Amino acid sequence: MQGETISRDFPAIDAIIKKYGERKEFLICILQDIQARYGYLPREDLERVAEKLGIPLIQIYSVATFFKAFSLRPKGGHTIQVCLGTACHVRGAERVLSKIKRDLDIDVDETTKDMNFTLKTVNCLGACALGPIVEIDGKYHGNMNTTKVESVLKKYSTKMKE
Amino acid sequence: MEKIESPLELEKLRKSIQSKKKKEKTFISICAGTGCRASGSESVINAFKEEIKFLGLQNKVGVKVTGCHGFCEKGPIIVIHPKEIFYHNVEKEDVMEIVSETIIGGKIIDRLLYVDPTTGKKITKESDVPFYNKQKRIILGNNGKIDPTDIEDYIALGGYSALSKVLFKIKPEQIIEEVKKSGLRGRGGGGFPTGRKWESCRNAKGKLKYVICNADEGDPGAYMDRSLLEGNPHSVLEGMIIGAYAIGSKNGYVYVRNEYPLAVKHLEIAVNQAEEYGFLGKNILGSGFNFSILISRGGGAFVCGESTALMASLEGKPGEPRAKYVHTVEKGLWNKPTTLNNVETWANIPIIIHKGASWYSKIGTEKSKGTKIFSLVGKINNTGLVETPMGMKLREIIYDIGGGIPNKKKFKAVQTGGPSGGCIPEELIDLPIDFEKLTEAGSMMGSGGMIVMDEETCMVDVAKYFLKFLMEESCGKCVPCREGILQMGEILENITKGNGQPGDIELLEEISTVIKDTSLCALGGTAPNPVLSTIRYFRNEYDSHIKDKKCPAGVCQALIQYSIIPKKCIGCGACLKQCPQNAITGEKKQPHIINPEKCIKCGACYDVCKFDAIKRV
Ligand SMILES: Cc1cc2nc3c(=O)[nH]c(=O)nc-3n(C[C@H](O)[C@H](O)[C@H](O)COP(=O)(O)O)c2cc1C
Ligand code: SF4
Ligand code: FES
Repeated sequence: MQGETISRDFPAIDAIIKKYGERKEFLICILQDIQARYGYLPREDLERVAEKLGIPLIQIYSVATFFKAFSLRPKGGHTIQVCLGTACHVRGAERVLSKIKRDLDIDVDETTKDMNFTLKTVNCLGACALGPIVEIDGKYHGNMNTTKVESVLKKYSTKMKE
Repeated sequence: MEKIESPLELEKLRKSIQSKKKKEKTFISICAGTGCRASGSESVINAFKEEIKFLGLQNKVGVKVTGCHGFCEKGPIIVIHPKEIFYHNVEKEDVMEIVSETIIGGKIIDRLLYVDPTTGKKITKESDVPFYNKQKRIILGNNGKIDPTDIEDYIALGGYSALSKVLFKIKPEQIIEEVKKSGLRGRGGGGFPTGRKWESCRNAKGKLKYVICNADEGDPGAYMDRSLLEGNPHSVLEGMIIGAYAIGSKNGYVYVRNEYPLAVKHLEIAVNQAEEYGFLGKNILGSGFNFSILISRGGGAFVCGESTALMASLEGKPGEPRAKYVHTVEKGLWNKPTTLNNVETWANIPIIIHKGASWYSKIGTEKSKGTKIFSLVGKINNTGLVETPMGMKLREIIYDIGGGIPNKKKFKAVQTGGPSGGCIPEELIDLPIDFEKLTEAGSMMGSGGMIVMDEETCMVDVAKYFLKFLMEESCGKCVPCREGILQMGEILENITKGNGQPGDIELLEEISTVIKDTSLCALGGTAPNPVLSTIRYFRNEYDSHIKDKKCPAGVCQALIQYSIIPKKCIGCGACLKQCPQNAITGEKKQPHIINPEKCIKCGACYDVCKFDAIKRV
């Protein structure tokens, strides 16, 4: 998935832009779809979007850097999202995050050297009843604590090796 | 499906759907809201579908996959209709038994029933469970009865009848009068009277007008808007169409958080179905009124919930607020008159039209009418979404509905209003909850987050938490907000690290005043609230941190020590294995000890100990 920056898949990008009628006001949605497809926003694609929508590249960058949802760098194979919403916070989410940071030896918004994990935080995933929540690739892991972190992370590490 | 072209056709369709549904007497409603999904409801749903197919019961027993029922703590939840049998914490292994015993045999499975913790009695019917029977669920109530991906479920329960009524029987001005008379106030935070907003927008000059639904839901502990969109999206759409007709708008937007994929999906399905049936698009129900709705996804910025920032973001720009001396009802999106309302506000509209303003205004208090949905979360037994009449006492919400505090801990405070709000301490537990009373107490209604805190929650840490959140979310356009919050955050950081100075509290108060008075938008304007309200009610906790260098709740890492209570430790060695620092030593079956020099205070031993032998003070 990564390193795909050399020859870009422009028909796919064009299709995304077309889906929104090439309308400027859907810039954020277009960027979201590109991000969903590649896990980040490749520069070449942003240039293509700028050209197609007729807006300056710098304006696209100002949007892409304003919103948390976008990343300009490639992501790891698995994305971990630690919920730091209020409900999870009062139940000890901070300690869970520290443990993950220690175990993976990365900070928030960073990717492990082997490109296996990217660590992110998020505010409230709507499952406060099970807090603290850690979401990995869209799957929720509830009632997390420092002990459970290890076994959950392990599942995703071995899966990659298989 | 052919478009419905008149109110008569709609009623005919409704009758035919209803009689079709009557035949399917028994149905199992299974919650597939985000909370229950996280506890595994999808595998339960599949198991039910397979089992029913296997037994050839498809024509007799329906499986309805619904949105959030509210009682997320007990998920996965199922309700078997028509008897309304309520089972909780259902696992896929229970499914065969439920089908053979309850559905075919008519017997109740005791083990899956809810036990009232106060009386110890088992409860069979959903509506008898105390969590539900103290609520007034006029907005959320249908979530458990509707498959949100099927418009016919909504129609069967009277859906779109309010729309058909206004299009043919009520003049736009009269609708606005009715909404004004109902006393409905915005549920997105500010509590502005909805009818008055609509009136100004209707009266604003210009032909092109917009209506927008604010589904950005940025409060980091609230998910009621999400549950409404996931569970009953048509109620929100119907409200928007009625609003658009009243204001004279042809174009609407829903601005929804991209972190809510299921809500986006259900909204998209709902918009498509509404178009297909003729509730959206050209010549709605044959009335000549045209209206369409586009869905736009936010990019995960809290400030984009603010009206002008939201509109900027909708225009494809970074979401920065602008000064509001020109009101958005006159110059909003693309500089055209725009009405922006919150998800829950819109969902109130069909009910007000359907039941009438005088019915609606009987619910609630003098100045706050109707109900409010709260997300009751944190240190509370019955975590979930609750809908109560305005004016219900905090005590009733926390103890009667919420079931009190877990693990016999002491209640300390409840935080309302998210990052703009404040904390309500135990002394005020009999406070009736409405817009005015919350503001008087130094907090805010906000969007309805209610985070319960017990004796193990540090109030200084909570204040720091919200400031850190706002520090990241401030758009940076104006100095007092950008720099002021940063400075306050640093002072709090110092206090929680044990480096607090006498005079810090006064300095926090001074900076607060400046930020409040000089920020451009309400993000900055309300940012000091979490700090001010905790200083107001919990000054002694600040003092302990600053003077005694102690965190009484045992939260602030720099001020606590982990130690082992020798009397409780049985020497099982679990903590010893977990400790990443090898800071714990001890012989097997003998009390262990922690070496404070090596301890990094990660809490691993605390989490792993099954005997409560680890002390954190
Ligand atoms: C920083 C900030 C964030 C906000 N976030 C939201 C939000 O997530 N959802 C919402 O409906 N209103 C939010 N609001 C309030 C909106 O600006 C606006 O008042 C509201 O959407 C109007 O709808 P209502 O009258 O129906 O409440 C926010 C306001 C501010 C200042
Ligand atoms: S108050 Fe804060 S969020 Fe609002 S405009 Fe100023 S800097 Fe931006
Ligand atoms: S605060 Fe974490 S899921 Fe709501």
